[in-house]
This record gives sequence, C-alpha cells and structure tokens, in this order.
Amino acid sequence: MCHLVILPHPYQGDGSGPRKNFFMLIKKADDIRSSEVTPRSWYSNRRTFLAGLGAAGAAAGIYGVRELIRPSILANANTKIDGIQKSPLSTTEAITPYKDVTNYNNYYEFSTDKYEPANLAKNFRTRPWTVEIDGLVNKKQKFDVDSILKMASPEERIYRHRCVEGWSIVVPWVGFSLSTLLKKVEPQGKARFVQFTTLNDPSQMPGLKVPVLNWPYVEGLRLDEAMHPLTLLCFGMYGEALPNQDGAPIRVIVPWKYGFKSAKAIVRITFTEKQPINTWNAANSTEYGFYSNVNPNVDHPRWSQAKERRLGELLKRPTLMFNGYGDQVASLYSGMDLKKNF
Amino acid sequence: MKLRVLKLAIFLAALIPLARLGLKALHGDLGANPIELITHTTGDSTLVLLLATLAVTPLRMLTKQYWLIGVRRMVGLFAFFYACLHFTTYIWLDKFFDLHEMWADILKRKFITVGFLAFVLLIPLAVTSTAGWIRRLGGTRWQRLHRLIYISAIAGVVHYAWLVKADLRRPIEYGVILSILLGYRVWMKAKSAAPSTVRDRSQLPAISSQ
Repeated sequence: MCHLVILPHPYQGDGSGPRKNFFMLIKKADDIRSSEVTPRSWYSNRRTFLAGLGAAGAAAGIYGVRELIRPSILANANTKIDGIQKSPLSTTEAITPYKDVTNYNNYYEFSTDKYEPANLAKNFRTRPWTVEIDGLVNKKQKFDVDSILKMASPEERIYRHRCVEGWSIVVPWVGFSLSTLLKKVEPQGKARFVQFTTLNDPSQMPGLKVPVLNWPYVEGLRLDEAMHPLTLLCFGMYGEALPNQDGAPIRVIVPWKYGFKSAKAIVRITFTEKQPINTWNAANSTEYGFYSNVNPNVDHPRWSQAKERRLGELLKRPTLMFNGYGDQVASLYSGMDLKKNF
Repeated sequence: MKLRVLKLAIFLAALIPLARLGLKALHGDLGANPIELITHTTGDSTLVLLLATLAVTPLRMLTKQYWLIGVRRMVGLFAFFYACLHFTTYIWLDKFFDLHEMWADILKRKFITVGFLAFVLLIPLAVTSTAGWIRRLGGTRWQRLHRLIYISAIAGVVHYAWLVKADLRRPIEYGVILSILLGYRVWMKAKSAAPSTVRDRSQLPAISSQ
C-alpha cells in the first residue's frame, strides 16, 4: 500500500532562475517493505554454506566464502532478477533489441569506440563493490552494493534514452527511484546538488589510460532532479543484472537528460552546496551544459538536436522536449531560460 | 608490367572497405547503427586515399621510382569515389533528400561546411583527370588546378576533427601525416628555389636585357 503525499519542495533551484516553490510527489513507504523480508532462498543458501563447509573445507577461497555468506543477488550479467514489479512510469514504445543496447556503448572508461566496451568490459569485477556516500549528509556511510539492492523491490522502468550524439534507444531498466537511497543518508538543509563518481581503475578500464577526458568521470544533478521519482538507481535491464558495458553494477538513469548525465559504475555519491563539475562540461562547456536536458530547440553547437535516430529505424524521428518527460519534469525548470541553462 | 601489377593490387585494396561493408550488410552485421558505420567507413576511406594520393609524389622522389606516377590518378579517383559514397550517405540515408535541412546544415554547421568544401573541390579534379583534359588545359594549368587537392585534404581533416566529441587521436594522426606530405612539398620548393638563382636569373628577361 502506497500513500502519495504532496510536500513542498525544500530546494529552491540553482540560483540561476527565479525562486520557485516546487512541489513533488514523494512515495511514502509501507511499514514493512516486501524487500525487507529476507527471502527464504537466502536462509537455505546459508544452510548450504554450513553443510558444505566441511566438504569444501580449506578449499574454499576467501572470496568464495564471502559469496556464500552474503550471496550477491546479482553477481554478473545474465543473472535473472527476481520479483520485478511493473512501473506506471514505463513507456509502451517498442523496446530496442538487447543486442544493440549491449554492443553499442558510449563508455569512454573502456574505449571511445562504441563497439568495443562489450568486449573490453567482459572481465570487469563488479563484486565486491562499495558505494560511498559523503558530503552534506547526516549519515555518511559506505554501502555494499548488495545492501543497496535490498533497499526496495526492483521495478522495471521502460525509458527512452537519448544520446547527445543524436541516436536513441528504449530500454527496460531495472532499479528503483534514487530518492530511496538518498533519503536514507539524510541530506542536510544546505545540500543542493549531488555528484556521482565513476570507478577510476585503469587496470580494469583501459580507456582511463588515455586522457581523452578528465578522469574519474563525474556527473551531477540538482538535488530536486536527483530526488525526482523518474530518476532511477539502476542495477539491471531486460530482467537481468546490468551487463558490465552498460554500467554495472550500479548506475543512475535520468531519462529526460542526454545519456552522458546517467553516470555508470558509481562508487561515490557526494552531496554538495555548490553546483558540481561534470566531466563533459569541464571538457567543453559551450557544448555540454550542466543541465543537458534533452531539448530539440537547443542545438549542440556542431549539430542539430531536432531529430534522432532510434536504433533499428531507418528514418529519423523528431526529438521530444525533455525526451518526452515534460509532463513530469518541466516544472523543475519553470522560469529558467533553457537556452542559457542548456 | 610492374606498374600493371601494382595498379591491380591498389585497385583491389581500395575496394576492400566497400567490400567489407557489403559483406557485413549481406550478413545483417552492420551493427546497432548501420548508417553511422557506413558514414564513418566511407569518410575514413576518403581521407586515407586522399593522403595516399598525396604520398605518391614524395614517394617517387625519395625512392627515385618515378614510374609510380602511373598509379596516382587511380588512387585519387578512388578517393573521389569514396567521397561520393560518403556524400550520398549523407544526403540519402542521413537527410533523406531534405534539401532545406541540408542547406541549413551547410550554412550552420562548420564541420559540414568544410566537409562540403572538401568534396566540391574534388569534383573538378575528377572531371579533369583524363588525358584529354590534361592536353586541353596544358600541363602547367592542369597542375595548378590540381593543387586544389591540398585544400581539399586540409578541409577533409578539419571536417573530421570538428565532428568528434573528445577523442581527437585519429584526426590528429591524419593531420600529422598530411602536414608531413605538404611540408615535404614546401621544403622541396624552398630547396629548389635557393640554389637555382642562376637558372632563375636566366628566366628574368628584364634583368638579362640590361
């Protein structure tokens, strides 16, 4: 049972637009979430562990033991995620084939060639993995990624995803609203932005050896954008764990912004008072703004953003304002000049 | 004989990028974004062949294998061939003959403007590549006209550099090679100009008549 309550939004924009009272829908949680009930299979897993301990004995490596004590729900891609709920936020548009979404990836930590991350990320280690939350929060802490995955029941969110390069896909992501995690750490009143940091491990990510961008990759959102119900903390797609080349083990998806805003392989989330730097903005501030909302009326200085090619389609289709999520998010930017705050 | 074999080899090699695209298309293996792959492959092939065309003269001079001039026209025409495919991909598969949008692109987008310039400059060179046109224009005028390839190649590399998002490595590679090839010509010109004052003087009737 969910109750929808309307709360006055405490954050007042970024200062570049007039002060506005934002209202947003906050989902009030049930007293006991279904996700807080430990599934039976985990008990039996533990029994398996205890029973197998004698047999396996010293043969079990430290890593293996840890896996058995705290079985990761999502050790690697192609692991099915159980108990996925459908979401009313999903589009009914045709889903882009899995093959395309997993073989055409802008993931510069691996390569600037979109066809290469699928292969280069094959042995990327997504466990153990911690996400550190710091900055202006009452409860700074390091989360094991598996503990984050248990915070809410997974939802399938079928979103349009528009790349700044002019192509788009429709992906059935799996995750839950980022706000679920952010609320747990109790943001302080001064916090107005969140910054996401991607893993910076050149031994696993060969693209990091090339100074194409300033590493590590960082991205940021205004806190009200990060808390918006559409903003997804994502750990799966197509009903399975996120493939490595698509940002495993955990990333964000901000469907009304150009794809590069949706940071992958996140290791740190920092709450700040000042607008954080984001990597593409630092690389070229006239081409990639902090907001980078999908906007057919504001061209990239070097190419038009009026149309996009949906992968698998021959003809280009018109790009929609806020990528078609205007009804939900336009109010976040009311009064702002979107040509200036591009 | 040597020339014939070399020409055949270059002919076949120059068709490899197109053949690979064709095979991939046949197997439905053009990837997630076929039009982008076709655009990139034909564009890349154009640049490589333009640089190859420009490499013929330095190679002839440095190796003293002057007969190599015999392959230059073919390599140049292949560059033009891929430029045509690249341009066709743009107007057909990318813009679907939307002339209005294309014209707006050419005026507004710097990388399209220089790319278009690079392409247009190749047209007179392809047209006048025949023996008949060389005769009609005369060697000197023909040669002067064909120096347009320098501008076309520069525009082509700039076109590439201006369209990439952040990874400039490939365009820079092409730029360095192009600088060497053009630099060689400047250097040769300077070298031939300096010690040949005697010859130059003989060509100046005003001085000799005094």
